Amino acid sequence: MNNLVSGLNRLANYRTLGVIVMVAVLYAVLLTSDPKARSWDNQMTIANRLGFYGVLTLGVGVLIISGGIDLSIGSVVALGAVSFVMLARNGYHPYLAGLLVVLMGSGIGVANGLLVTKLRLQPFLVTLCGLFVFRGLARWLSPQGSPGLGQVPSEFKPAVENLRYWLFGGSPLGVPQVLVLLLALAAVLGMLVHWSVFGRHLFAIGYNEQAARYAGVAIDRCKILAYVICSTCAGLGGLLYILDNQTATPTSAGALLELYAITGAVIGGCSLRGGEGSVLGMLLGAALLPLIKQIIIFGGISNDLEYVLIGLVLLAGTIVDQLLVKRN
Amino acid sequence: MRLQAGEVLAVVGENGAGKSTLMKILGGIYTPDAGEILLDGRAVQLPNVTAAQRLGISLIHQELNLAENLSIAANIFLGRERSRFGPIGLLDNRTMNRETERLLSRVGLTLSPNTLVGRLKPGQKQLVEIARALSLDARILIMDEPTSSLSQSETDRLYEVVFDLKRAGVAVVYISHRLFEVERVADRAVVLRDGRNAGELARHEINHGVLVRLMVGRDLKQFYPRTHGTNSDAPIRLEVREIRYQDGPDEPMSFQLRAGEIVGMAGLVGAGRTELAEALFGIRRLTAGQVLVDGEAVAGNGKAWSPALAIAAGLVLIPEDRRLHGLVLQESVAFNLSLPNLSALALGGLVQQGKERHLASGLVERLRIRTPGLWQKVGLLSGGNQQKVVVGKWLAHTPRVLIFDEPTRGVDVGAKAEIYALMDQLAGQGSAVLMISSDLEEVLAMSDRVLVLHQGRLAGELPRARLTEEAVMHLATGGTAD
Repeated sequence: MNNLVSGLNRLANYRTLGVIVMVAVLYAVLLTSDPKARSWDNQMTIANRLGFYGVLTLGVGVLIISGGIDLSIGSVVALGAVSFVMLARNGYHPYLAGLLVVLMGSGIGVANGLLVTKLRLQPFLVTLCGLFVFRGLARWLSPQGSPGLGQVPSEFKPAVENLRYWLFGGSPLGVPQVLVLLLALAAVLGMLVHWSVFGRHLFAIGYNEQAARYAGVAIDRCKILAYVICSTCAGLGGLLYILDNQTATPTSAGALLELYAITGAVIGGCSLRGGEGSVLGMLLGAALLPLIKQIIIFGGISNDLEYVLIGLVLLAGTIVDQLLVKRN
Repeated sequence: MRLQAGEVLAVVGENGAGKSTLMKILGGIYTPDAGEILLDGRAVQLPNVTAAQRLGISLIHQELNLAENLSIAANIFLGRERSRFGPIGLLDNRTMNRETERLLSRVGLTLSPNTLVGRLKPGQKQLVEIARALSLDARILIMDEPTSSLSQSETDRLYEVVFDLKRAGVAVVYISHRLFEVERVADRAVVLRDGRNAGELARHEINHGVLVRLMVGRDLKQFYPRTHGTNSDAPIRLEVREIRYQDGPDEPMSFQLRAGEIVGMAGLVGAGRTELAEALFGIRRLTAGQVLVDGEAVAGNGKAWSPALAIAAGLVLIPEDRRLHGLVLQESVAFNLSLPNLSALALGGLVQQGKERHLASGLVERLRIRTPGLWQKVGLLSGGNQQKVVVGKWLAHTPRVLIFDEPTRGVDVGAKAEIYALMDQLAGQGSAVLMISSDLEEVLAMSDRVLVLHQGRLAGELPRARLTEEAVMHLATGGTAD
């Protein structure tokens, strides 16, 4: 019994509890703001957004637990989205192009990880450079305006539609496929983070890298893997972006997404100092932003106030969290 | 204890005798529980550093407290910057630089006040610290191990400055381990032992032998178990062959540990014992030589070597700084105990909770770790129980070689006895134990033989039969082996 209680305590610690309350309150506010907000269509819209943000949030959340950070997510999304179209236009089958886009994300993760571990560069700086480099590459790859799915050769159109159906908008299981994808990803990452040896090492490194080193943990390998997970999710995000939006404007596609993802992870209980966080919390944290967007739409709040609201919610979450930690 | 104007009073004592604590009380860092401090015949209170400085007492720490990224002048006036235009507070660099130049010439440094402190050699930094103390009009200057990081010529330069200050009427308290220095600079010496004044010597009475006898000389308590037998034919577990390591001494070092043996490693703070342990455990790079475990060359000659490989070879380290290197404080007892054993607990990459609980509860029981539960945050345990967790994580498999670095620092008496019993038991099971310790009492009581380090080099080896505190201190303070 004691074990069960302490186990539950570990799982649903105060931080997760806080984000559960926040999501519940925001959802209640949304449902009471307008009858149309209660429609099935609206729930599907939220689910779609949650799926997309969630993939990015989970990736960066795992990285944040290890004590790292990635500012290049939005640019990788843009590069991935643009690359998908360019690959398909150049005769790559959409399935292969999709796989390559995701693998490109993994490759970027390897590069980031190597720079951080082997050259001991600061993660903030390395990925800040990535933010510029990958955005620039996305622009350079698309010289004639915005690449879009319309430019894909007609023999590939059915394959693209298949991808859209199975990865994003379709709902063979009754809910948008992107949500199914997210939950599957969360299940895999949840096992990895909370139950695997790698996950243990991740928390140990995030809390106290020195102690982990003295315990014989292969620090570099773990950190690199965390970067790979983060950037692979960003690559997948790029594929999802183009499937959802049909076109990708290289200058603006995915802009600020890294900050949304980090915000979601932090509200969900990840500490930027590392060593803290849960996959459940990240999922809930990722739900906050879509909820806020819908509240703005249905509550008749000026669109221009979106960022203000996001900032205030994050601030409120941080303050509540601080108070809870103190009382704890 | 008394101190007169214009004299150099040496304060000596073993590690942990209370020298630094006493000086921190005088410097206003700690407040005394009882007793009085009289300055010029009047009782004074020293609630904080500023109060002490206002009364003319300045403390120069063992670890220098300088901001490396700032200039000499900025460091000397840190927190007391001269400014112009009153409340606007623009820095008055001209005045500060002029003042700094004057102070630097007083301590014999010919450097521009704008030089970055990070560029200075250790000796020069020490002199900058003294200049800062002078800028506070210090009448009493307390120097804690001022020469620990200085070369011989820098040390000589420091002596000259000390003699100058003395002539100017400044009272200097000179704390040192190095007894030869005490003989040279001190007008008087006070010996501390276990926080008490163990004796005072006038200038003509100060010599190496007398100091050592006063520093030592007490009975060993009875909580050191010795049940493991000693066998000089036992197989060699660890052989260190002519190794040199990163930032270590130029001279290579060699020694051996046999199965079932507890070998003490003594030396003063800064003698390079922790550095050696780090090199053996793969934290510090080996630059020459070889390390052999059970006759097999595991490290050296360009072979990859890391903590993970050391652990795989059966060589483990219980580090000196358990909060920084030994534990993930915010995590649980079970988390910490299983951290190096995870691969044995995992199936297909996933940690098996049942196995983990079994391992952790077994270790908690075996080591009698007092904790409310396996999921208790390890940072909330007492020092002794934390240390047992640090040791315990290596005991899932019996290691071949254990290096304990200061195993009982900050550990209560009860847990100390248990840790000694554990070492004895491990030796009985055939492990080789290297015990690095500044606690001479435990070194004498626990060791089958003792290696003494002085300034990074192996100064000598003492078998149990010839093991006395005097002999260890003699070697550790730079005396020669006979």
